[in-house]
Amino acid sequence: MLTEDLRQQFISVVGQKWFLDSPNELHAYSYDATPLLQSIPDAVIVPGSVQEVAAVLRMANEHRIPVIARGSGTNLAGGAIPVQGGIVLNMNRFNQIYEIDEKNLTATLGPGVITADLHTAVEAVGLFYPPDPGSMRISTVGGNVAQGAGGMRGLKYGVTKDYVMGLEYVLPTGEVLRSGGKNVKDVAGYDLTRLLVGSEGTLGVITEITVKLLPFPATKRTLVVYCRNLVDAARIVERIIAARIIPATIEFLDQATMKVVDDFAKLGLPLDMASMLLIEQDGVEAQVVQDIEKIADIARQTGAAEVRMAATMEEGAKLLAARRSALSALSRLRPTTILEDATVPRARLAEMVEEIERVARKYNLQICTFGHAGDGNLHPTCMTDERDHEEIERVERAFEEIFHAAIRFGGTITGEHGVGMAKSRYLHLKVGEGAIELMERLKAAFDPNNILNPGKVFAKRDRRRIVVRQS
Amino acid sequence: MTTKIPELMNLTERAGSETPHAETPHTPVAAAREALLGKFDMDELLNCMHCGFCLPTCPTYQQTGLETYSPRGRIALMKGVAEEKLAIDAEFEKNMYACLGCRACETACPSGIAYGQLIETAREVVEDNKKRQGKRSFTRKMIFKNVFPHPKRIRAFGTALWVAQALGLQKAANRTGLMRILPREIAEMQHAVARIASPVQRKQRSPMLPSEKEPILKIGFFKGCIMDEMFYETNQATARLLSKAGCDVVFVEDQACCGALHAHSGEKSGAANLAKRNIEAFERAGVDFVVNNAGGCGAALKDYGHWFTHDPEWRGRADSFVAKVRDANELLVELPPLTFHKPLNVRVTYQDSCHLAHGQGVRNQPRQLIRSIPGVDLVEMSHPDSCCGSAGIYNIMNFDMSMDILDDKMEDVQRTKAHMIVTANPGCLLQMREGIMRAGLQGQMEAVHIMDLLDRAL
Repeated sequence: MLTEDLRQQFISVVGQKWFLDSPNELHAYSYDATPLLQSIPDAVIVPGSVQEVAAVLRMANEHRIPVIARGSGTNLAGGAIPVQGGIVLNMNRFNQIYEIDEKNLTATLGPGVITADLHTAVEAVGLFYPPDPGSMRISTVGGNVAQGAGGMRGLKYGVTKDYVMGLEYVLPTGEVLRSGGKNVKDVAGYDLTRLLVGSEGTLGVITEITVKLLPFPATKRTLVVYCRNLVDAARIVERIIAARIIPATIEFLDQATMKVVDDFAKLGLPLDMASMLLIEQDGVEAQVVQDIEKIADIARQTGAAEVRMAATMEEGAKLLAARRSALSALSRLRPTTILEDATVPRARLAEMVEEIERVARKYNLQICTFGHAGDGNLHPTCMTDERDHEEIERVERAFEEIFHAAIRFGGTITGEHGVGMAKSRYLHLKVGEGAIELMERLKAAFDPNNILNPGKVFAKRDRRRIVVRQS
Repeated sequence: MTTKIPELMNLTERAGSETPHAETPHTPVAAAREALLGKFDMDELLNCMHCGFCLPTCPTYQQTGLETYSPRGRIALMKGVAEEKLAIDAEFEKNMYACLGCRACETACPSGIAYGQLIETAREVVEDNKKRQGKRSFTRKMIFKNVFPHPKRIRAFGTALWVAQALGLQKAANRTGLMRILPREIAEMQHAVARIASPVQRKQRSPMLPSEKEPILKIGFFKGCIMDEMFYETNQATARLLSKAGCDVVFVEDQACCGALHAHSGEKSGAANLAKRNIEAFERAGVDFVVNNAGGCGAALKDYGHWFTHDPEWRGRADSFVAKVRDANELLVELPPLTFHKPLNVRVTYQDSCHLAHGQGVRNQPRQLIRSIPGVDLVEMSHPDSCCGSAGIYNIMNFDMSMDILDDKMEDVQRTKAHMIVTANPGCLLQMREGIMRAGLQGQMEAVHIMDLLDRAL
C-alpha cells in the first residue's frame, strides 16, 4: 500500500486522472495475457511525458516501490504482472509517431504506438517495418522492444531486435539517457541499445524508439502445402532453405491446430492431413513467382500430399490471418490455454515436434503445435483447465520436459515471448549459472535497488513454484 | 511454465472492506448472494484468455486507453465479482454501464466469447442487487416498467413529440412536462428526431400490404416500438420494398417492444415477458418470416433462444421464432432484385449497425443493396463497423463518452467526402443526425435509413 502522502505526491506529478487505484482499476491491471498469473498492484500510473516518467521513477526508487512498465498487456510469460505489487506504469499515452524519415529510412516513435499502426503509417509511404508479432493489432512497439518480440517474418527479415537503432530511456534515478540513433554504423562504446532490447523492463523505462525501415516489397505470394506426416513437412522446410531460397514466412500447423483454425475461420482445410505449411514469399514479381514455383516443386518431390497456391493476395492474406488466430482459436477447446515458445535449430524441427507428441502422450495431455517452422520457433500449446490442479501439475511437468528437449536439440527455452515469470526457473538451462550471475550484476548497475520489474527473469531457481506476495 | 495456484494470491484482502465476505454462509442473505453470483456463466468467463485482441476494436477503450473500459477488463471484473474478490458496488455498476454493448469485441474474439450475453448478465446482477437492497432509480423504473412495455404509452409519447414538432416548438415538449420524465440528455438528443408521422397517418395503415406481384412469401413485419413512432415512414418504405419484391406484408397485431433495451440494461425478466408476447403474436399470424429493419431489435429477436435457456416450456417456441427472424436487408438480397427507376447520383457511406454487423453478421447484404441503386457511389469509412456511440440508450446514459465517440466517427465520415450516411438502425440514424449537426454539416450531409434510400430510388 502507498501512504496517503506518497499517493498525493504521485498525483501531483501526473494529475488525478492518470493515477488509478480503486479496487476495480487495480484488478484490471493485475494480469497480462499469461494464463494462471495474477497479482494486484498498489497503483496504476499513466504518465504523459518523459519528465513525468523520470519523476515517478525517482520517487519510486527513493521509497523502494516496484515499477512495472507495460503497454497493452499481451505478454505471454508473465512479464507485465506486478508480482511484488508496486506501480504499474502504463506507457500507452506515448502513442505518437514523431517522424518517418524517408531519407534515412527510420521511424522515431513513442513506446505506446500500436505495432499495426506503425505498419499502416510506414506502408502509406511505401516503407516496411517487418516485425509482426501475433498480437500486433494491439501490442505496443515499446512492449515488443522490451520483450524482444518475434513474429512470422523472422526467417527472412529477423525480429524486433534487428530493427531497433536507437532508444531514449529512463533509469530509476530519473536520469534520461539516449543510446544509438539513426546511424547504421555506430560502435561508440557498449551497445546499450541491444542490451535494453529484450531486457523485459528490468533495466530502464523506454520512452522513445528509433527503428530501421525497409522498402515495402512489391508483391507477395502464398503457397499452402499439406502433408500426410510431420517428417515430410519438416523435410520440405529443410530442402527449401538448402535450395538457397529464403521465404518471408514458413508457418507450420499440426492436424489438431488445423481442425480448430478451420472451425474458426471456415477455410475448408483438408482435415485428414497431418500438417500444413503456409509459405509466403515477397519481393519483386519475377523473383517471387520463380521462388514460389521452385518451392512448389520441392514440396511435391518431398512427399507433399497437396500443393496449392493461394489464387489471390487476398486469399493468401486470409490463410495467414487464420494462422494468426491459431493461439486464440485453440482456447475454444478448453478453458485454459497455455502456450510456450520452445525453439530449436530448423534442422531439428521434426524431432522436436515428435518429442512434443511423445510428452503429450506420456502425461495424457492435449498439446497442439504450430509455429514458425522457418526459424524453428514452435508453439506447443496445451489446452487444460485451471480448476483441475492435478492436470495443471502434469502440464507443468510436461513443459519442463519440453524445455529440456529443446535445449538437448541445441535450441532455447524461449524464442520470442521472453523469460518473465513463466520461464525464469529454466533460464540456467540455456545461459548457464555464470551468465545469470553476470546478468544480475548488470541489472544491479542499472537498478541497484531492484525496483524495475522485480521477480522477473531471475528466479529463485530452487523453487518449483513462484510464490506470489502475501502482503 | 509456471503454475499459479489461485489461493496463493492476495486478491481478496486487497479488495478491502467492500468485499462482501463478512457474512457467514447458510444465512438467507448469503443464499441470496449465492443465487445472484450464480447467474454468472463461469465457464464462459474462464474461456476468456485475456489475449487482448478485443482492445483495438472497443470504442470506449480507444477513447480512454484504460483497461477498465475494455472488454477484457470488464470480463476480468465480472470474474472478480463472481469469485467474490470484488464487490457489486457503484464502481462495478459504472464499469458495466460504460460498455456500449456494440459487440465489436465478439467479431474480434478468436475464442468466440459471447460477450453480449456476459455484459447483459453482469447488468442483471447489478440491477437485481439494487432491487435486493431496495435501491432502484426512479427514472429507470419509469422507463422500463412504465414506458417500453406499453405500446399505447409509447404511442402517446410519439404523438406528443409530433405535437411538439408540428407546433415548431421544442419548448412545447418541455412545457408539457414530457421531457421531464426522462433525463436531461434525452432532450439534447431530441433535436435529432425527424418529423414524426401524425396520428391520422398512422391510423390509416391497413393491417396488410399485399404483394405487388404473385406473392412468394407471407412475412410478418416487426415494427419496433421506437422505430414505428419516430420512423413510421421508414417502416412504410420497408413494407413497400418488401411488397414490390413479392411479399405479402402483415403488420402483426399485438406485437410489443423487442425487449433489447431491457435486456441490455439488466432487466432480463421484463425482456422475457416482451419476448413471450412477440412469440405468441407471430405464432398466431402464421407467417413465413419475421422481418424487421432495426439492427438492434433484430439482434434481440434472434437472441430470444438464449433468454429462455432455463425455461424449457418457452425455449422451443423461442427457437422456432428465432429461425424465422430476418433483417429486411437479408431478405431483400434473397428475393428477386428490385427495379429502380430513379438514379440518385450521390456519394454515400454506410455506417454498420453494430447489432446487425457484429450481432447478426449481416455486413455484405446492405452494401450489395446500396450498390444496386443506379448512380449511388458507396465509399467506405476506415472503420465503418465501429460503433457511432448511439448504442440504445447509451447516448442518454453516458452522454459525454457517446459524443466523443461520435465526433471521431464524424471525422471518419468526412474523409469519405460522402453527402449521405446510410444506416440500418434507428438509434444509429438519430446519432448520425446528431453527428452531422455537431460537425456543422447541416444542409451538406444527410443521414438516411437504408430502406428510405432504396425507396427513394424506386
